[in-house]
Amino acid sequence: MSGHESTYEPKLGITKWLDDRLPIVRLAHDSFVDFPTPKNLNYWYTFGGILAVCLVIQIVTGVVLAMHYTASVEGAFGSVERIMRDVPFGWLIRNIHMVGASMFFLAVYVHMFRGLYYGSYKAPREVLWLLGCIIFLLMMATAFLGYMLPWGQMSLHGANVIINLFGAIPLVGESIQSWLMGGPSVGNQTLQRFFSLHYLLPFMIAGVVILHIWALHVPGNNNPTGIEVQEVEKDTIPFHPYYTVKDGFAIVVFLIIFAVFVFYAPNVLGHADNYVEANPLVTPTHIVPEWYLLPFYAILRAITFNIGPIDAKLLGVIFMFGSIAVLFALPWLDTSKVKSMRYRPVAKQFFFGFVIACLLLSWCGAENPDNPIIKMGDDKLVITYTDAAGLDGSRTFEDYAPAAQFRDETLASGGAASLGIQVAPAFRFLHLSQLMTLYYFAYFLLILPMLGLRERPKGEPDSIHHSILGNEAPAAAPAE
Amino acid sequence: MSDAIETTAEQVDEERRDFIHIAAVAATVGGAGMVAYPFIDQMNAAGDTKAASSLDVDISKVPLGGEIRVLIGGKPFFLRHRTPEEIAAAVNTDLSRMPDPQTDEERLMPLPDGTYNPAILVTSGACTHLGCVPVGPAQGSVGDYGGWYCPCHGSHYDTSGRIRKGPAPANLEIPTYEWVSNSVVKISL
Repeated sequence: MSGHESTYEPKLGITKWLDDRLPIVRLAHDSFVDFPTPKNLNYWYTFGGILAVCLVIQIVTGVVLAMHYTASVEGAFGSVERIMRDVPFGWLIRNIHMVGASMFFLAVYVHMFRGLYYGSYKAPREVLWLLGCIIFLLMMATAFLGYMLPWGQMSLHGANVIINLFGAIPLVGESIQSWLMGGPSVGNQTLQRFFSLHYLLPFMIAGVVILHIWALHVPGNNNPTGIEVQEVEKDTIPFHPYYTVKDGFAIVVFLIIFAVFVFYAPNVLGHADNYVEANPLVTPTHIVPEWYLLPFYAILRAITFNIGPIDAKLLGVIFMFGSIAVLFALPWLDTSKVKSMRYRPVAKQFFFGFVIACLLLSWCGAENPDNPIIKMGDDKLVITYTDAAGLDGSRTFEDYAPAAQFRDETLASGGAASLGIQVAPAFRFLHLSQLMTLYYFAYFLLILPMLGLRERPKGEPDSIHHSILGNEAPAAAPAE
Repeated sequence: MSDAIETTAEQVDEERRDFIHIAAVAATVGGAGMVAYPFIDQMNAAGDTKAASSLDVDISKVPLGGEIRVLIGGKPFFLRHRTPEEIAAAVNTDLSRMPDPQTDEERLMPLPDGTYNPAILVTSGACTHLGCVPVGPAQGSVGDYGGWYCPCHGSHYDTSGRIRKGPAPANLEIPTYEWVSNSVVKISL
C-alpha cells in the first residue's frame, strides 16, 4: 500500500549510486517484494499475475510474427501459411499467439468475475476498476484487429459486419464507416491500418496496465472478505515470497493448460472458415466472432424490435456498447456497503445467475437465432392452392406423401398448387438471448442498486485476521 | 526577492494576462486541430481508390434466370437476368405489406431511349442489415421470395431485391448506374 515505509536498503556501491539517481530498484522492491498484501488471498487472486504473463507472451510472439507477416490482400493469407509451413518454428509461435488470445480472454473474464464477486470495484478502488475496463476495451479492439490479419473468410466478413455497425449511427454513420475502411469496402488499405493499430494497441494496454497496478498499490489489494486492512502486522504478509510463489504456481498450472491447447488443439477455439482465403463475393454461411466476443454478439442480435424512432439495428448497437459501458458505471450502481458477496446471501445468488446469463449469451451468440431450443409441436407442410374452379385455399399436412398427392391431384385437375413449410412455434435462441440480455442489464441497473439498500448482510468478520482465526480467537496483543 | 515579488504583483495587468492566456490556448487548440486534420483525413479513401470506382458491365452474357456478380472497389454488385415469371412476381405484389415499399419500376433505370428493360435488375450485393453478401440462384438458395437470401441473419429479398422478411431494414440498394448502350451498364460507386 502506498504510504508504507520503504524497507529497501541498497547494499552495494552501485545500487546506492543508482538509488540516489533513479530509485527504480526501490520501486520494484516496494511494489513486488516487501509489499504488504492481505494474508487471505485465494487462487482467484492469481489471475492478475497470469494476465501480465499473457500480455508478455502476446507481445513477444506478435513481434516475431510481424517479422514474417505481409500486410496486403495479395500477401497476407500466403504469408500466414508460410509462417505455418516454412518459417522455422513459425507454427509454434503462431499457435501460441492464436491460442494466447483465447487464454488472455479466459483469464480476464475470471479476473473480472472475481472483481464482481468480491466487490473489488467499490471505494476506494473505483479508478482501479475503470482502468481495468479500459484495458478490457483495448483488448477487445486488439483481438478484433488481429483477427482480420490472416485475411481468411471470417477475417474479412467479420470485420465487415463490425464496421457496418458504425453505419447504424444516424447522419455520420456512413462517413465514419468509409473513414474506418479507407475506401468503399474492407480492402487492402483497411488491412494495412488494422495491422498498424494491432501492433500499437498492446503497448497502450501495457501502459494502462502500469496505471492499473499503480491504482492497485495505492489502496492495496482487496481480499475475499472485502474488509480493508486494519493492522498491517496481523492482516498482511509481504508479497515476496508468499504471493510470488502462489502466483507462480498458478501461472505454471495455467501455462500447462495453455500448452495443451497449443500442442493438441490449436484450432479448436477458432473457425475452419478462416483457413479459406477472403473472398468478398462469398459470405460464409454462419458469421460468428471468436468465442470471447460471443456474449456481446448475442446482445447485438437479441434486439430485433424498434423502440420509438430508434430502429432495431441502431438499438442493437446501442445495447451492445451499453453492455460494456455499464461496467464503467458499476462502482456507482452498486449501493451496498458490503464488498464481498460472501456476506451478501441474496446478491450472491443473483451474481451466480449473472455468470450463467453470460454463459448462456455465449451459447446464443454461437447459434443461429432462429434455431429452436424447445420445439412446441412439429413443423407442418402447407399446400397453397387454387383449384380448377378458381377458389384459393390452403391445407396443412403432417407427412410428405399425402401432401404431395394432394398437390399432384390439384395440378392434374387444372389448378395451381405450391408446397411450403409451416414452422412450428418454438422457444428459440433469439428468445433466450432476449431474456438473458434483459437479465444482464437488470443485474447492473436494477438488482445491484436496489439490493444494496434492502439486503441484510450477514456474518462479516471484524478483520482479515479474524476471518482466518475466528472472531473469538484470543488477541495475541491488545488492540491499539 | 520579496520586494520584486510585491512590485510585480502590483503591476500585473489582469486583463492583459487573461488575453495572453486565452490567445495562447486558442492558438494551441487551433494548431492542434490543424495538425490533427491531416492525420485523421489520411484514413479516408485515397485518390486511386476513389478513381477505381466505376465499371462497364456487358449484360448480354448473363444467362436467363441467373446473375453475375461484379466487384467495384471491393464492393459486390448483382446483375440479374430475370425470367418473365420473376418479373411478374416482382410487379404483382402488394406493396403495403413490405417493410420498405417500392415498386419494381422505381428500382430500374431507363435505357438510352427512355424505355425500361425489366429483365435486367442491377442491385448492390450488400445486405442492408450488416453488409453480408446474400446468396442467389447460382448458390442454390433464393429465399422465400425467389430473389436472394442472406445466410448471416436470415433476410429474404424478392425478385426485385426488396426486403420481405428478416432483420434487414431496407431493400438492396440500387447503385448509381446508367445504360451506356442496350447491352452495357456503367455502375459507379
